[in-house]
Amino acid sequence: MSKIIPSVAKLLAGNTVTKVGAPVATTSNAKYSTKSEASFEIKPFKLHKLDKGPATSATLTSEDAIKMYHQLATIRRIETAAGNLYKEKIVRGFCHLYSGQEAVAVGMHAAMREVDSLITAYRCHGWTYLMGVSILGVLSELTGRRTGCSRGKGGSMHLYGRNFYGGNGIVGAQVPLGAGVALAHKYNGDGGVCFALYGDGAANQGQLFEAYNMAKLWDLPCVFVCENNGYGMGTSADRSSASTDYYSRGDYVPGIWVDGMDVMATREATKWAIDYCSSGKGPLVMEMETYRYSGHSMSDPGTSYRTREEIQEVRQTRDPITSFKEKLLSNELATPDQLKEIDVKVRQAVDEATKQAKSEPEVGIEELTGDIYCYCPEDHTQIRGLHPDAPLQHIYVAQRN
Amino acid sequence: MALKSSPVLFAWLSRLPRRNFSTSRALLATKPVTVRDALNQAMDEEMQRDEKVFIMGEEVAQYDGAYKVTRGLWKKYGDKRVIDTPITEMGFSGLAVGAAMAGLRPICEFMTFNFAMQAIDHVVNSAAKTFYMSAGQVSVPMVFRGPNGASAGVAAQHSQCFGAWYSHCPGLKVLMPYSSEDAKGLLKSAIRDPDPVVMLEDELLYGVAFPFSDEAQSADFLLPIGKAKIELEGRHITLVCAGRAVEHAMGAAKILAEKGVECEVINLRSIRPMDFETIARSIAKTHHLVTVEQGWPQSGIGAEICARVMESPSFFELDAPAWRLTGVDTPMPYARSLEALAVPRPNDVVAAVTAVLGNRISAVSSQ
Repeated sequence: MSKIIPSVAKLLAGNTVTKVGAPVATTSNAKYSTKSEASFEIKPFKLHKLDKGPATSATLTSEDAIKMYHQLATIRRIETAAGNLYKEKIVRGFCHLYSGQEAVAVGMHAAMREVDSLITAYRCHGWTYLMGVSILGVLSELTGRRTGCSRGKGGSMHLYGRNFYGGNGIVGAQVPLGAGVALAHKYNGDGGVCFALYGDGAANQGQLFEAYNMAKLWDLPCVFVCENNGYGMGTSADRSSASTDYYSRGDYVPGIWVDGMDVMATREATKWAIDYCSSGKGPLVMEMETYRYSGHSMSDPGTSYRTREEIQEVRQTRDPITSFKEKLLSNELATPDQLKEIDVKVRQAVDEATKQAKSEPEVGIEELTGDIYCYCPEDHTQIRGLHPDAPLQHIYVAQRN
Repeated sequence: MALKSSPVLFAWLSRLPRRNFSTSRALLATKPVTVRDALNQAMDEEMQRDEKVFIMGEEVAQYDGAYKVTRGLWKKYGDKRVIDTPITEMGFSGLAVGAAMAGLRPICEFMTFNFAMQAIDHVVNSAAKTFYMSAGQVSVPMVFRGPNGASAGVAAQHSQCFGAWYSHCPGLKVLMPYSSEDAKGLLKSAIRDPDPVVMLEDELLYGVAFPFSDEAQSADFLLPIGKAKIELEGRHITLVCAGRAVEHAMGAAKILAEKGVECEVINLRSIRPMDFETIARSIAKTHHLVTVEQGWPQSGIGAEICARVMESPSFFELDAPAWRLTGVDTPMPYARSLEALAVPRPNDVVAAVTAVLGNRISAVSSQ
């Protein structure tokens, strides 16, 4: 078991402690950690059309650290499970894994408020979990079962949740949609910010520039987040993009480059972005430089356009989880046992969910024609089947508001 | 992107035949209203009624609408609710869909539906499918509207009907109004509907004044989506049409009536869902069918109606093969004489009806 250090020890701790938090947190996690908080240096942000960016040092409490570690580990584990389910041919079609990019989502999510919203592309399993869907909800959507968050009707690219608008299978389409969600935040005056995520591949889609333009024209509270993982499918960023400074590609939209492998950097940048956008200054572009370990989708071994050594090097030197773990340990925000305990719990939770995601049934065949329309006129509830003598019935499955 | 000047106002009113569904009281009370004003009224009333309804599109605000359909609304509701967009169809239609997902009720105006092809991914992939893909978690309550179909003298890129394109897609509701009452009642229903609705209007009808009943004046005047209207009752042949094709069918019916041929003219109003019940009932009475549309023949609206007839007991009701009267299978030419031949006119409808009633099906028609 972990050692329990009395709170007074915090006062005597080394120079990484910047200020003392409340004495002895009461959560069970807190009792394991040795220090209540620590401060970290962040790799400098690069700025585009901004005089000032986020601070390059930030404080992390042990409580937040534990939470973030738990989330990082869970997403990594979910993706490992997803990959295995795919190999077992239980997940069908496409399956885009997020492994390597977890720090982007976890850091951003840590900064987001209840009122903020988000939309992303098809690499969305991790985000769906963070936005409040259970591990089972994610994994059983991948297996196409009734406990899936879209009842198995959406599949791995079409996951949704509260304030989470997908999950979108059309590269780049989610970006104007996100600007539209931002428009709704502004229209409703709720103070919320919408994050519209896309990859370095989608960064060249024309509709992004249309969305930048309108967002800037109308000062929409929208953060365009480019997750630059180095490759759009198998095309490296420098083979697809005349400028790979994605944070500057909004031209008149200010931008920040962020080390997307560091949860502290992504969290601080996002906090700052929320302040910026919710104060009426209009949109931002935020480039998160990150890396994807797996191929583009499961059918891509991911080795014809890059070397195994390159992937290994990132894993060894820049892995978002390993590096965060080291930070927590060296700053005594957590103990090795404590993190191991989280790893075990995460593994258990994901294993259990995986098991259930395999054993749950698919929805009944009547749902083939369920919820095509939110309102299906009474005279038209008969949906044409394969031939004229095989009519189906439109049914309402989801609760109507 | 040539924007044509507003269409010439014709004195159509005198040519309009008796509208069978109106009560005599309503007939007396009618005063003519143009389709443009009816659409404007619909949006005005719905914006008044629901704070979440707003309009976005090119030139909808300060310019008062490229075809003046949104005239006066910007002055009344301001920048927040009547939004001029840049000329970026894909982008602004995506924004509109996103806003609808987040709970607003956008009316996304396309200057014409020809330009909406740049945005069709958002209509089909983003708007139509999301409710289903999300298992009912995310709805998209919005309207895509604007002029569609053949215009005058604007050539191939600006003159085509998208009725068949959108009506192909589950998840969408597709409307084609003909008269001012259609325009107002259908648009109001579309705005209140919780699903994405594509409203295909006709530029050449915007300036046409139709009788407008007392009921239609009301702010509660709604027409049901998925219900056709029998525009004219008749015993001899069924003409099924929508949008401006109704005008041609009605014109033909008038000519044919003089020859003693009674046409039953069905104004579909809604292409998806389609009121086949009404068509089938009519065929059971007339035993003859001609469909009239302005779009291309292959996989068109008429093709769909004929297929449904073939597949159903209506087939046995027919005394002659059903015909489709469609636009010619060619891009729209510019020259006046060619353009006039590219879409069916009343005389073409008369000829088709005469052929079908005479059961004179030539070898040519098998194409």
